[in-house]
Amino acid sequence: MELQSLIYLFVGVSFALYIGIAIWSRAGTTKEFYIAGGGVHPIVNGMATGADWMSAASFISLAGIVSLKGSDGGAYLMGWTGGYVLLAMLLAPYLRKFGKFTVPDFVGDRYYSDFARTVAVICVIFISFTYVAGQMRGVGIVFSRFLQVDVNMGIYIGMGIVFIYAVLGGMKGVTYTQVAQYCVMIFAFTVPAIFLSLQVTETFLPQIGFGGTIPFQFDDGIRMIDSGTYLLHALDTSMTDLGFSMYTESHAGTWNVFMLTTALMLGTAGLPHVIVRFFTTPTVKGARISAGWALVFIAILYTQIPAVASFARINLIKNLQNVDYAKFVDGQIAGNDGHWFKNWESSGLIGWNDRNGDGKIQFASGKAFEGGKGKPKFAEGNGASGERMTSNPMPSHTASAEDMRANGKIINEIYIDRDIIVLANPEIAGLPNWVIAIIAAGGLAAALSTAAGLLLVISTSISHDLLGNVLMKDPKTGKSTLSEKAELLSARAAAVVAILVAGYLGIHPPGFVAQVVAFAFGLAAASFFPVIILGIFYKRMNKEGAIAGMLSGLIFTFSYIIYFVFMGGDKADYLWGIAPTGIGTIGMFLHFIVAIVVSKFTPPPPQEIQDLVENIRIPRGAGTATH
Amino acid sequence: MNKEAAEAYWKENISLILKLLVIWFVVSYGCGIIFIDELNAITFGGFKLGFWFAQQGAIYVFLVLIFVYAKKMEALEEKYDIHE
Repeated sequence: MELQSLIYLFVGVSFALYIGIAIWSRAGTTKEFYIAGGGVHPIVNGMATGADWMSAASFISLAGIVSLKGSDGGAYLMGWTGGYVLLAMLLAPYLRKFGKFTVPDFVGDRYYSDFARTVAVICVIFISFTYVAGQMRGVGIVFSRFLQVDVNMGIYIGMGIVFIYAVLGGMKGVTYTQVAQYCVMIFAFTVPAIFLSLQVTETFLPQIGFGGTIPFQFDDGIRMIDSGTYLLHALDTSMTDLGFSMYTESHAGTWNVFMLTTALMLGTAGLPHVIVRFFTTPTVKGARISAGWALVFIAILYTQIPAVASFARINLIKNLQNVDYAKFVDGQIAGNDGHWFKNWESSGLIGWNDRNGDGKIQFASGKAFEGGKGKPKFAEGNGASGERMTSNPMPSHTASAEDMRANGKIINEIYIDRDIIVLANPEIAGLPNWVIAIIAAGGLAAALSTAAGLLLVISTSISHDLLGNVLMKDPKTGKSTLSEKAELLSARAAAVVAILVAGYLGIHPPGFVAQVVAFAFGLAAASFFPVIILGIFYKRMNKEGAIAGMLSGLIFTFSYIIYFVFMGGDKADYLWGIAPTGIGTIGMFLHFIVAIVVSKFTPPPPQEIQDLVENIRIPRGAGTATH
Repeated sequence: MNKEAAEAYWKENISLILKLLVIWFVVSYGCGIIFIDELNAITFGGFKLGFWFAQQGAIYVFLVLIFVYAKKMEALEEKYDIHE
């Protein structure tokens, strides 16, 4: 079958499956809507957590980041998995025993303060929306490239699908849809990875393959790399030849990698849409085991990512170096069909600038385009070999003398957006059409599953925490005046509004989507992680300490990121040289210190709160969650 | 359950968590970040050891840690008769 029909078929079937599940698992009560009734089996819950957690960023972008950064990409791999150890030991079991619906529930009840609850709600909404915007961009990329529909149309379709199963099904619908989405996603990632592993190292398992040897020889532009060389060794050699830094050596500096890893780990453990998944298991024991299963399902993907990253990098060098552009993109080079290059060039995510005018592509370190951070700004018309013209300032055909020396006289001529690595990989490697088609379905599954989980957290925060527990609270009884039915209705209404806002962010993406992800993790690490840990492990922690801690962690992290990312703060002014992506770690320490100091000087929490803390430490008696 | 038993259970839990978190720290921060260059001097197959820990090994150890914790806590809860 033709590639385009296969893509429509795979995406269509997977969408039909999600809608079918949504209709079968409609939510009838708030409990089903918020926490799927609290009776989800740990393995099923682990799988759903995996899908919830692995977003478009994990599926589409992460291999590209690792491919680009080499060894330093380990910060993301360890950061985004190591947080689950903290979740399993320090958070999940106790929050499950606490037995309510949301993270603001815990903060508000444990610190006996509606102010603390409101701060928590604002954090939840802010963190979740920044995250959703990124997912919508992922949906847009997949649609525009693979389904050849307008990006906006793609987002409308995506919104429609999420609308059906999140609004109808609530947590229950989302959980079971996520299980299906996990299966689609993991199949879509693993199949091409195995193909690539067989092709590049003749080994079945990618995890082992990237430690293997290459069965082919190739010319990196400077020298011939022999077959039988270890893949990683071949990469180190050719990357050094081309002026890049060694693939397997760390360059970012121990300190910054340390800070980034910590912010990602603690951020993972503090993200509300991840935490809430552990409210859905039937027991405390189930919550612990479920964190383990979640990591199993995540690790299946995450251990393949660095392998795919290295395969992609070597294929780029092997297939692009010194090929004739016109013949390449026309498919005239045997065993190296370059139609993918042209397709992505049309999407604006690849650019070629024939700086030395030889009609051949050269790949090395350095910027191929002047100005605009090295990105091509495409203009009308085509160049001598048929490539797209750009309006970047014309660089001289020769690079600077320094560049020339560094790259062995090869001048870089291409720009490749790192987000296309996973999506383009099967095409670069010339894999069969159906393998390319499932990648499209997988990318959509990854983006939609995370978007749905986030939208649900947003709607729950608004209907349950804000409306139910703050705004509509009966001042005498301290209970919500909303009836079960009204709360369910408002949860659905809030979900609709959240989807519309997310769609708006997708269609009019704020130019800084990539940067705001640092926000989500930094703020989660600086706000929720410490406040929950202290609430469980430090009985003496009181409302004054918690509020002071949350505010200082938040304000510090928030201002640091705003100043250095959006207001053009100078790198030289970084606090102890820490980049904004890692600053959440300092925010977290600040939060702990301020909270503990303030609590020492203020009265201890009331007896019933201390009893509550004793109670959540003991597993027995964890009934299902209650209002 | 009485107060002493609850405290003893909590103490054992904390000491188990601390032990496992030491391992967690050593494999990720230790092997994958702080001593990565030193470990990279050791190779097996095509892998440098530090690189392997940062991109593979740490994740496998994380998995083992969670399941060990879950298993040990089950035993601990049986011991203090507070299992569900």
